[in-house]
Amino acid sequence: MVAPFLALVLSQAHPFDDVARVLLHPRCVNCHPAGEAPLQTDASRPHHQHVTRRIEALGTHCTACHRPNAPQGVGLPPSAAEWKMPSAELPLVFEGRSPAQLCDQLKDPARNGGLSPEALREHMAHDPRVVWSFSPGPGRTPPPLTHPRFLEAFEAWLQQGQPCPKEAPKVPKSKAPAPAERPR
Amino acid sequence: MSLSRRALIKSGVAVGGGLAVAVWLTTERGKGSAELFAPNAYVRIPAKGPIRVVVGRVEMGQGTATAAAMLLAEELEVDPASLELELAGADRAYDNPSLGFQLTGGSSSTVTSWEPMRQAGATARELLKEVAARRWGVKRSELTAKLGVVSHPPSSRSAPYGELVGDAVNVTIHTPDLKAPKDFSVIGKPLPRLDAVEKTNGNAVFGIDVQVPGALVAVLVRSPVPGGTLKSLDDAAAKVMPGVKHVVKVPQGVAVVAQTYWHARQAANALVVEWDAGPLATFESAALRDTHRSLMQDASKRSRVRDDGKADDVLKAAEKTLSAEYFAPFLAHAPMEPQNATAHVTATRCEVWAPTQGPGLAKEVAARITGLPLEQVVIHQTFLGGGFGRRIGQDYVAEAVEVSKAIAAPVKVVWSREDDMRHSFYRPSATHALSAALEGGEVKAWRHHVCTQSVLLQVLEGFVGGLLPQLPAAVKQKAADMAKKVVPGRDSTSYEGADSVAYAVPNVAVDFTRHEPLVPTGFWRSVGHSHTAFATESFIDECAWALGKDPLALRRALLTKHPRHLATLERVAEASGWSTPPPDGRARGVAVHESFGSVVAAVVEASVAEDTIRVHRVVMAVDCGRVVNPDVVRAQLEGGAIFGLSAALKQQVTFREGRVQQSNFHDFAPLRLHESPRIETHVLPSDASPTGIGEPGVPVMAPALANAVYALTKRRLRALPLSLSEAT
Amino acid sequence: MISFTLNGQKTDVDVPPEMPLLWVLRDVLHLTGTKFGCGMALCGACTVHLEGSALRSCITPVSAVEGKAVTTIEGLAPKEAPHPCQRAWVELSVPQCGYCQSGQLMSAAALLSAKPEPTDDDIDTAMSGNLCRCGTYPRIRDAIHRAALLAKGGRP
Repeated sequence: MVAPFLALVLSQAHPFDDVARVLLHPRCVNCHPAGEAPLQTDASRPHHQHVTRRIEALGTHCTACHRPNAPQGVGLPPSAAEWKMPSAELPLVFEGRSPAQLCDQLKDPARNGGLSPEALREHMAHDPRVVWSFSPGPGRTPPPLTHPRFLEAFEAWLQQGQPCPKEAPKVPKSKAPAPAERPR
Repeated sequence: MSLSRRALIKSGVAVGGGLAVAVWLTTERGKGSAELFAPNAYVRIPAKGPIRVVVGRVEMGQGTATAAAMLLAEELEVDPASLELELAGADRAYDNPSLGFQLTGGSSSTVTSWEPMRQAGATARELLKEVAARRWGVKRSELTAKLGVVSHPPSSRSAPYGELVGDAVNVTIHTPDLKAPKDFSVIGKPLPRLDAVEKTNGNAVFGIDVQVPGALVAVLVRSPVPGGTLKSLDDAAAKVMPGVKHVVKVPQGVAVVAQTYWHARQAANALVVEWDAGPLATFESAALRDTHRSLMQDASKRSRVRDDGKADDVLKAAEKTLSAEYFAPFLAHAPMEPQNATAHVTATRCEVWAPTQGPGLAKEVAARITGLPLEQVVIHQTFLGGGFGRRIGQDYVAEAVEVSKAIAAPVKVVWSREDDMRHSFYRPSATHALSAALEGGEVKAWRHHVCTQSVLLQVLEGFVGGLLPQLPAAVKQKAADMAKKVVPGRDSTSYEGADSVAYAVPNVAVDFTRHEPLVPTGFWRSVGHSHTAFATESFIDECAWALGKDPLALRRALLTKHPRHLATLERVAEASGWSTPPPDGRARGVAVHESFGSVVAAVVEASVAEDTIRVHRVVMAVDCGRVVNPDVVRAQLEGGAIFGLSAALKQQVTFREGRVQQSNFHDFAPLRLHESPRIETHVLPSDASPTGIGEPGVPVMAPALANAVYALTKRRLRALPLSLSEAT
Repeated sequence: MISFTLNGQKTDVDVPPEMPLLWVLRDVLHLTGTKFGCGMALCGACTVHLEGSALRSCITPVSAVEGKAVTTIEGLAPKEAPHPCQRAWVELSVPQCGYCQSGQLMSAAALLSAKPEPTDDDIDTAMSGNLCRCGTYPRIRDAIHRAALLAKGGRP
């Protein structure tokens, strides 16, 4: 029963599908978590060292360890300029979102950080953290599309007027719970 | 351990670097010079400036420097906080009397300093008083000494010690008696650590901080499989990299010598090296437990190391028995300071600066490699950035001496964290099989079978053995005697704590089977106790649950002949609120264990969220005899708790094809601050001689935690590190 | 040539730009209070301040501090007037082996300057990047609270 349904869904290619496949990949989700802690590794587990976004206000910034031009490797901190999490006020959560939810959120300036389509395009194309995520070095899987292929897909979605898949749930997104038992 | 105080008073100490000669004395003569009074190995009193205490044990965090100063100050009658610390280099005057060579380990520092340091202080004080007595023409017995000043109250004369120093070399006294404990004014009172200031402003010099003019920095590339040998080397790319001065082959591997560590490391990464992996090439730690199990079936390989009553017969006949198997993995020490040493070898002299637990051993190693006589080898002691037993090994010293010899220049060898993780002397992995006969509501028989490597034998056969040629005959004999005791499979470091289980069970048998997979092993904080206590203290808990008894009550009932065990147990029971329910979602576990002469009991309060075990609170009590500095004792318990919990919750070293799979703190993780529980420590008063404190806090933690997890979840975790996702 | 301010002094070093700040401090400038523990920003022993915030010097290329102000443990406070954290650390005998404490102190000092009266939760968050193998964590926690009081001039 499931397989034919999946086949049907997969055959109904939506302009947001490829965008979602990338944005819901650990390389993107890990910095857009549902909880207070950024996530790590392909398993998207909470950051070691008990890091949460609160650390930015406590004398140690993400950039204490995540430095641009630093050596890269398994166990080493990902390295790109301006490394940080979204703010608590505007958490820009990807983790746990369905493609439809993510799509709605992404095009809603109230929930996407007030970003216009142009600003979104800029983030996807040039933000150093996004650029890093497509070539994350040893030990980290890159997203399923290359950066240029992703930008094409993103552009196509923008050009088509940011259409969203249909199966958006009824619950208000703001109530989406953080995963339970995540250490704070 | 009791030591005759007279046997430890030594004279003829090296003031100018000469070799000390041990002489048994009944009288003491002032020694040193008119500017620097040096009556014995432990104190230096200059005519001007602060008095120095010479710290004969190495300071690796255990607080021995502060304790040494306090012991000296008690009798010398000075403010211990006014003393300057001088770290002793390699000198036979500082041999560990419990071992016969200069080594810090086995939680022996206070034990072995207790009398000598006080005697040193008393002798110096009385010699100075004798100078004053002669100078003032009064009786020494009329003089008092306080806060570094000798006074003659009847005539209101006084002189600070420095003023008396000039004549001190000319006087002789009988060896003075020591204060009665009731008169102690320093010992037993908390004193802030004397090394705290320099350890908080960047001034403390650890081995890795040593700056020798002109010294280069070397990193070594070693066989990824311990014991492997170099097959081929292509250093063409590395040699021409910036800052690189030499690439040399040494017995330990290939050394890249450069201007800085970073230059050397970059070039080391560019070496193309092939290795012959050697005997460990096929070693898989995942198969170890099965190997242990089959070895333990072979009666011919088994040594019975304790046999009280008829445990085998009682177990065979018993209607109700309980059996369980426990497993402990290999562990690394991972001190925060990576291994390192600096050496400067010339044709006539070898100087070494190293953070070593065994300066005397370092000297032997350097002499052996250079071919120089011991008199031409100088070892400078530094602070140690953690030891935990790792720095009993002298491998980093040997490397530095080899490289310096090869390039004929001073050099500092610095290891990476990865080097440290992969080239350690590991706590051996161990399997424990336990059985008990439970009848009439009691434990009638107890059988414990340990299968593991022999740390001591490996050390004696390999490491110390290689050093013996230059050691004096008496020490050689001592080591030979030690080895002899070990050979029939009776290395107590493999089963210590199992054979000494204190519970009043009428029939007890303890067996040991040695397994030797050739993994380099060493002394890891609390050594055999680190795994035996996990087995014994988990299993007694299992017995209690099987008998339907409270785990603490059963222990209490079986320890009536062990007052120190009972006292510590009662203290943690009371302080933890054992008889009251724990906070919601938490449970308590208890353990009590004797090691290094001390008894520690602990109650651990833990919770479980999904598969994550969290420790909230630890209550510990210790009986370690008379306490020199209660605050240092507390610190050692706190540190021992976190060291033990780190291993219990997180750590293991595994091998695949002979290679250590862990590399750095992301895959061999100590607890972090947010995971660190509240720790309450209780130091029981005692008039007995001091016993160990650096290690005894560790063994109780894993079993107390496993027992708490059982109380909470009814899941018995029998393998370390404890994991709810892989319960056995 | 790379120029930066080190403990208030203008400093020029002639090193490759990618050389980690840690090794410039230790092996070029011979300022050894900043420690090497892991080389991967996992342990915090190498923590210094960059413009007042914590920084792991072992993974930071020296080029990143060009023109900026770096403070190490040696420059945290004048010897005769120690930082409140240093005073609290000594009072409570925090250090055991002491190797990690330079990094612990730099992280703690950065915490206190960002939040002068941190809660236990703040301390857990700000200090869990610094490993201590001796297990001085309970005392570090207490000492940070103590330092907060000392900084206010308090004598409880």
